[in-house]
Amino acid sequence: MENLDEVLKKHKLTMDEYKNILSILGREPNMLEMGIFSSMWSEHCSYKSSKKYLRGFPTSAPWVIQGPGENAGVIDVGDGMAAVFKMESHNHPSFIEPYQGAATGVGGILRDVFTMGARPVANMNSLRFGNITNNDKISKHQRYLVRGVVAGIGDYGNCMGVPTVGGETFFDESYNGNILVNAFTLGLAKTDEIFYGRAEGIGNPVIYVGSKTGRDGLGGAVMASDSFTEENKSLRPTVQVGDPFAEKLLLEACLELFKKDYIVGIQDMGAAGLTSSSFEMAGRSGSGMKMYLDKVPAREPNMQPFEFMLSESQERMLICAKKGYEDKVLDIFRKWDLDAEVIGEVTDTGNMELFWHGERVANMPVQPVGEQAPVYDRPVKEPEYLAKIKNTSLYDFQKIDNQEAFEKLFCSVEVVDKSWIFEQYDSMVQTNTVKAPGSLDASVIRIKENGKALAMSSDCNPRYNYIDPFKGAAAAVVESGRNVAMSGARPLAITDCLNYGNPENPEVMWQFAQGCYGIKEACAKLNTPVVSGNVSLYNETNKIGVFPTPAIVMVGLNDDANKTLPSSFQKEGSSVYLIGDTKSDFGGSLYMKELFGKVEGSLSEIDYEKELKLWNLVIEANKDGLLSCAKDVNVGGIAIALAKMVAVSGKGIDANVELNDKRDIFSESFSRAIVEVVDGNAFEAKARDIGINVTKIGTVGSNMLKINDISMAVDSVKKIYFTRFKEVVEQDI
Amino acid sequence: MKVAVAVFPGTNCEMDTKYAFEKLGQEAVLVFHKEEKLPQGTDLVVLPGGFSYGDYLRSAAIAKFSPIMKAVIEFANNGGYVLGICNGFQMLLEAHLLPGAMKRNQNVHFVSKYQHLKVIDNNNQFLRKLSNNDIINIPIAHGEGNYFIDKNGLKELYINNQVLLKYCDENGNTDNPNGSIDEIACICNKNKNVFGLMPHPERAMETLLGSEDGVKMLQGFIK
Repeated sequence: MENLDEVLKKHKLTMDEYKNILSILGREPNMLEMGIFSSMWSEHCSYKSSKKYLRGFPTSAPWVIQGPGENAGVIDVGDGMAAVFKMESHNHPSFIEPYQGAATGVGGILRDVFTMGARPVANMNSLRFGNITNNDKISKHQRYLVRGVVAGIGDYGNCMGVPTVGGETFFDESYNGNILVNAFTLGLAKTDEIFYGRAEGIGNPVIYVGSKTGRDGLGGAVMASDSFTEENKSLRPTVQVGDPFAEKLLLEACLELFKKDYIVGIQDMGAAGLTSSSFEMAGRSGSGMKMYLDKVPAREPNMQPFEFMLSESQERMLICAKKGYEDKVLDIFRKWDLDAEVIGEVTDTGNMELFWHGERVANMPVQPVGEQAPVYDRPVKEPEYLAKIKNTSLYDFQKIDNQEAFEKLFCSVEVVDKSWIFEQYDSMVQTNTVKAPGSLDASVIRIKENGKALAMSSDCNPRYNYIDPFKGAAAAVVESGRNVAMSGARPLAITDCLNYGNPENPEVMWQFAQGCYGIKEACAKLNTPVVSGNVSLYNETNKIGVFPTPAIVMVGLNDDANKTLPSSFQKEGSSVYLIGDTKSDFGGSLYMKELFGKVEGSLSEIDYEKELKLWNLVIEANKDGLLSCAKDVNVGGIAIALAKMVAVSGKGIDANVELNDKRDIFSESFSRAIVEVVDGNAFEAKARDIGINVTKIGTVGSNMLKINDISMAVDSVKKIYFTRFKEVVEQDI
Repeated sequence: MKVAVAVFPGTNCEMDTKYAFEKLGQEAVLVFHKEEKLPQGTDLVVLPGGFSYGDYLRSAAIAKFSPIMKAVIEFANNGGYVLGICNGFQMLLEAHLLPGAMKRNQNVHFVSKYQHLKVIDNNNQFLRKLSNNDIINIPIAHGEGNYFIDKNGLKELYINNQVLLKYCDENGNTDNPNGSIDEIACICNKNKNVFGLMPHPERAMETLLGSEDGVKMLQGFIK
């Protein structure tokens, strides 16, 4: 091939990979085939750097119907119903073009879920931005990104009629050059009506449905597999443009189709578009496929084969139908005014054959393209910074009065209410939302079909992951589970979105490996397998990587939706208990970050047994009607947890917590929760039975927040909590 | 009672609306926009919330050309009860079954939250189970709910008792979530058989979800 070096560079392929291509094909590839290899073997599609570590995840349990490897994971939620869910990143596109990047992220994850036969019933999102508080160029740009991303997520999800029921946001300088936008969707399906991304049965037609193919998003998967530099900031053409209206029609048409017995398999066209959907569908069942690219509905004239194969135009699906049912399938999509064409068929050759006006323009074996995708064992090295920060403790800093510390911490954009964000999302459509955004801890929806409730929580503390990538990742699993348990639901399974920097940097690769080991350990110990997930690497700009950010969404089940436990105070005069033990844990704490500008120190061991006892105590005590609210304790410690409960309920607290060091009121020790108790004696007895420490720390009050030496009027607590974020994010408007 | 719930491409509250009426023991049927007739024996037509035709061009601007809308207009002109919720309210304005127009929310953002409303006039089928000055709390979720009508039109609305609900806070004081003129949330036509409101009564049917203040509203239509 002429100019081989240049061609390989453009396709982001190495010489070794090219040699592998030559041996797979037994000849030189043409440019269309090169484009296909480039996409299929991109980091985004092939997981080539991460695969080695993902293999160790626990993925099975009696309630798991489908683990990783399909479009989304599936768990049994009883009475013939299944929950289908997954989380995915859209980081790079959202940084380049926040509105469309975030919108199409939501669109993509929705398709991943409804392609499996499920109606999407809940969306969440996990967002990380840079510093948004300062009056400088960086913060100003970050505020613009916040506004764009939130509007994009809202407009897409709202139009789809899928409630956005919760999520998390985090702000830190490490994301100044690379924001993270992770979108989660959960759908409900009948267990015997789940569809998979498979193309099999010789002669069965391959049908293209949805929007027409345009030139947008060309090479998006390859773009998302690279770092940002000064040179590639102008990548807008690689960002797709979303049309939620088309997707809504596609959803309704697909759900109508799923009620019939017309199809073999279906898959959405996400990253790498028609290429990945066709190769994956054929690959899963060892089939071959012929596709006639001139039959693909085109948005504009003169499009070329490689553009059809690599476009990432949104709102499209590929279907393998049963022979003879073509017209019935087409009728459904045309009823919904969507394009639908038979573009190919399943063959027994094991090859993907692509035709263009009668001429065969590509012929590649399907299995090797997927299975012989490179798997890297990239070098790893413990980052040098860790040794420098691990011994930092509170004693390295001046003492600050608790009242002053509280006032600073409670103003942090990380802590305060985010209604400015979630009020832009329709959180109540579908009339199932029991615990809406802003009600603290997990979000909860009821299942109309069986009266149960699904709780879900998205969590990850990037500061913990920076100072200890292993325990930080494990802690994210633990915290998401704890949040779910606080609603009275039993945690069942997770989906993850692993956002890290450049894997070619051994220190980043080490962080990633440690993160995977941490998730593996936590999921195994807590018996909450990983059922789906996504990896996003190369989150760096000009060689500065983001904090390691393994975002975890835990999903749990409560047998009775009516027994969903709130997370803020219910009744004046009730007793308030702390479950668990408080030590001086300030590694990666909000306290250290907000007061001293440091993300340093180390994390204590995670005691999984104690964590499970905590979950059991809350779940069991709630079943017995002993509790009226429960909230976990994490960032900012007991003081911030109680202050949030006060703000949301509008009720005061009078608490006295015994501590070794009075600053420990802000300590972030693991495995703790605060509960409002109806029957103290019965609750204490239950705690003794289960074997976990509980301490009565106070009572729900009226108009004052009093926690040891901290005090503030409830009205002031509410004012700060509910107005601060808007003040910050709208300061330029 | 038989309720016909119209489904346009992009409608997304049809199932919630059907579920709400069924909860009240009524028959509710979905009617696809390509139909030209309403089901035999329809007592109430509901135009539900959503983003009909993606709300491209302007909210609800295209829905009025759907075949089913001709039947709905005829039904309304013959005195049949029609309730437009959110996007359905916008359709009724676009179809001139109700006076006035809708603008983008004053702060430009979509807004989704619980919102208190004050009953201004209960002398109509929709709100007859409530009392004047009652304060209710039900969800709103819209980007274009900023109702506008000119001075004369507004005067007429008041003279004919067509202003039915206003946005307020929990104590009944002014609290306007979208910039709507005179905080208007719900109006009806002169004949009091066509009703439009931005809030979602069908989302306020159960205390489990936060409010059952919508029950009395929808019950008003049940004979």
